[in-house]
Amino acid sequence: MNPTELHNKIVALAKANPPSARVPYAFEKRIMARLAVPLPADSLVLWGRALWRAAAPCVGLMLALAILAAALPREADPAENLSQDLENTVFFAVNQPGD
Amino acid sequence: MEPSDADLIAAVLKGDTASFEPLVAKYQPRVFATARRYARRESEVEDIVQEVFIKAFQKLGSFRGEAPFEHWLMRLAVRTCYDFLREHQRNRETAFTDFATEDTSWLDRYNTASPESAEAAKHARELVEQVMAQLTPDARLILTLLEIEDRSVKEIAALTGWSTPLVKVRAFRARAQMRKVLEKMLRQKNM
Repeated sequence: MNPTELHNKIVALAKANPPSARVPYAFEKRIMARLAVPLPADSLVLWGRALWRAAAPCVGLMLALAILAAALPREADPAENLSQDLENTVFFAVNQPGD
Repeated sequence: MEPSDADLIAAVLKGDTASFEPLVAKYQPRVFATARRYARRESEVEDIVQEVFIKAFQKLGSFRGEAPFEHWLMRLAVRTCYDFLREHQRNRETAFTDFATEDTSWLDRYNTASPESAEAAKHARELVEQVMAQLTPDARLILTLLEIEDRSVKEIAALTGWSTPLVKVRAFRARAQMRKVLEKMLRQKNM
């Protein structure tokens, strides 16, 4: 017997012997009893829900900050300020008129 | 007159939990038959069916009523069975040496059209289960739906949530995997 033939036989065998649809006695009562008991909260589900809830305010805050940053007038180049500040600090003693 | 599925679902969604019981009673034979294709032990089958109905109850709000409730429930059942296969993959891996030679000889003797007895049918189901247990969850699911249940690629895509090309690719791989399993089985039989 080759694998293809065996494959076909296995499939035919499975088709000819479908699984039983038998239901244990009063199984629906068992399901209903299970549903009556509050299900334990899944910590991962709760964490996921909290993250989803937090996502919208975070996006809103990000957009508000972006708009605010774009709307504010630009200051002078900080590199220029820095060089001026450095120069003032270095020549502070020289520039003191009293000394 | 018995209330329709839509009436029962609407009642459950309004808070009448008891209206879910007729739905369970009506569809549980189909869900049991589906679960028995993927789980061997009766306790596992019952766990799967219970999980399917609990999920159905919890997600009933997402049922939009565009397709029959049965289709929606069977999608849930197939996905739960797939999750079960993935969770129990390690436990189900059996060595090829576990195949007794007499198992395969049943194939030669077995008349698929008319099972001789309940015992013969049981033995046949066990043999199929042993072969299927060697496959990965994807392969097992797809071969069961495609070849044993004769479902179309489109139907499988709807049931599993996979895209149509993915179903085709997985079906191709599943057949190749099945072929390897059967080749090994035949080699052992001839040894």
